[in-house]
Amino acid sequence: MFSTKNFNRSKPVLFILILFPSLLWAFQFVTGNLGVNPIEKLMDELGLMALRLIIITLMITTLSNIKSIKSIVVLRRMIGLFAFYYVCLHFSTYIVLDHFLDMQFIIQDIIKRPFITFGFISFLFLVPLASTSTNNMIKRLGFKLWKKIHYLIYPVAILASMHFYVLVRADKTEPVIYMGIIILLLLHRIFKRLTRPQLAQ
Amino acid sequence: MKILGSEITPYKIYLNRRKFIKGSLASAMLATFTSSAFANHDSDLSIYTKNLNENDKLNSYKEITTYNNFYEFGTHKKHPHLNSGNFKPRPWTIKIDGLVKKPQTFDLEKILSNVTIEDRVYRLRCVEAWSMVIPWQGFQLSELIKIAEPLSSAKYVQFVTVFRPEEMPGQQKRTIIWPYREGLRMDEAMNPLTILATGLYGHEIPNQNGAPIRLVVPWKYGFKSIKSIVEIRFLDTQPETSWETLAPWEYGFYANVNPNVNHPRWSQGTERRIGEFKRRETLMFNGYEEEVAHLYKDLDLTKFY
Repeated sequence: MFSTKNFNRSKPVLFILILFPSLLWAFQFVTGNLGVNPIEKLMDELGLMALRLIIITLMITTLSNIKSIKSIVVLRRMIGLFAFYYVCLHFSTYIVLDHFLDMQFIIQDIIKRPFITFGFISFLFLVPLASTSTNNMIKRLGFKLWKKIHYLIYPVAILASMHFYVLVRADKTEPVIYMGIIILLLLHRIFKRLTRPQLAQ
Repeated sequence: MKILGSEITPYKIYLNRRKFIKGSLASAMLATFTSSAFANHDSDLSIYTKNLNENDKLNSYKEITTYNNFYEFGTHKKHPHLNSGNFKPRPWTIKIDGLVKKPQTFDLEKILSNVTIEDRVYRLRCVEAWSMVIPWQGFQLSELIKIAEPLSSAKYVQFVTVFRPEEMPGQQKRTIIWPYREGLRMDEAMNPLTILATGLYGHEIPNQNGAPIRLVVPWKYGFKSIKSIVEIRFLDTQPETSWETLAPWEYGFYANVNPNVNHPRWSQGTERRIGEFKRRETLMFNGYEEEVAHLYKDLDLTKFY
């Protein structure tokens, strides 16, 4: 049995572990150790990290159905906010480093290229999630409304994985694995709802 | 964009340089010397830089050999460099068949002793919107076509990459349909810019760059420049090509570098030159408009992309 306390205690360690890659990549970027095409590499790593964190937040909700690790849900907010952190870094790398603030080009890119559209919408949907992540916000909005807003994580996850899927030229194994996990996690939620309607009321 | 003339080192100079190498290197190395391109770049880099366009800078040997698309060795850019160690580029033969006077298989050494090896510094523009400037050594494809003696009915040339899954781990997985195939129209193949490269920076071409012999068509996206060629076929109809077969809505047979025709998933208007911070504008036909635009004057390039 793991208590809330156990999970809370792991937070500082997790915080450093999840933050660390971004610091490492930033350091490698500045010192010229991020390979031959560093901007592309930085953008890819940040985006992949963001997608993985989004999937982990979904997993946490599912895992919290298991009684003995129910309290794992206390980690969700931090990981979710880190997902947003990595998405922001990923998006700013695209805007600043990849396209050097060429807004005309970027807007065209977002409108015309489906995979960038997916990624951009996914980012937009994450904004309300991140900005309503405090306890105070839950109180102000009421849990019901807050929860509704946070259902946005589903389209976020689907769009983010599609963003990755469409980007890959051949060998789509990795994005397909992520999509598969997301679909399984969503199916589990639907299954739960359908099988326990009485409890929901 | 001037390319020809000044960018070609006369064979005489090349031979002289080879003599210099022969005189200066250990005899053990000499034993492995063949007539393939092998010039000494370290002693005189200006061989290449003097051929550069004023806006271009040579990419480093490291950049050119550690960042590759060669799915036979894996789909990541670093895979060809990391996974190509077991590949054996010698001995090597090239089968020439289809519409030729006499189908036959040539030893690579034999081909190389019958052609003129030149230095060619070319821009390479990948369909993924990055680019490099690469000093190749090789010979004009037209020279090999003369040796092959195609029939007048031959309108296209098809190229096939070697299939050796035990040496090329990427081929153990069906990411694309192996072996890799590419093709050119006969007039494209005969264009003086089109070369078969056997050297890079004065070294034998490394495995990850398409050893021992690869095509270089500088006005087309990089995937047209097929690597590790074992077969050249002359045909009267347009051959199937690997990327076009895989995703015809994204990759066409022609694959000419064209900033005005976007890839459905990204813009082709700009590119990142490896080693540079800001993107640059992509040039029509990768800057080789003068030399090749006439080949396509009757072609709708938005349709035949």
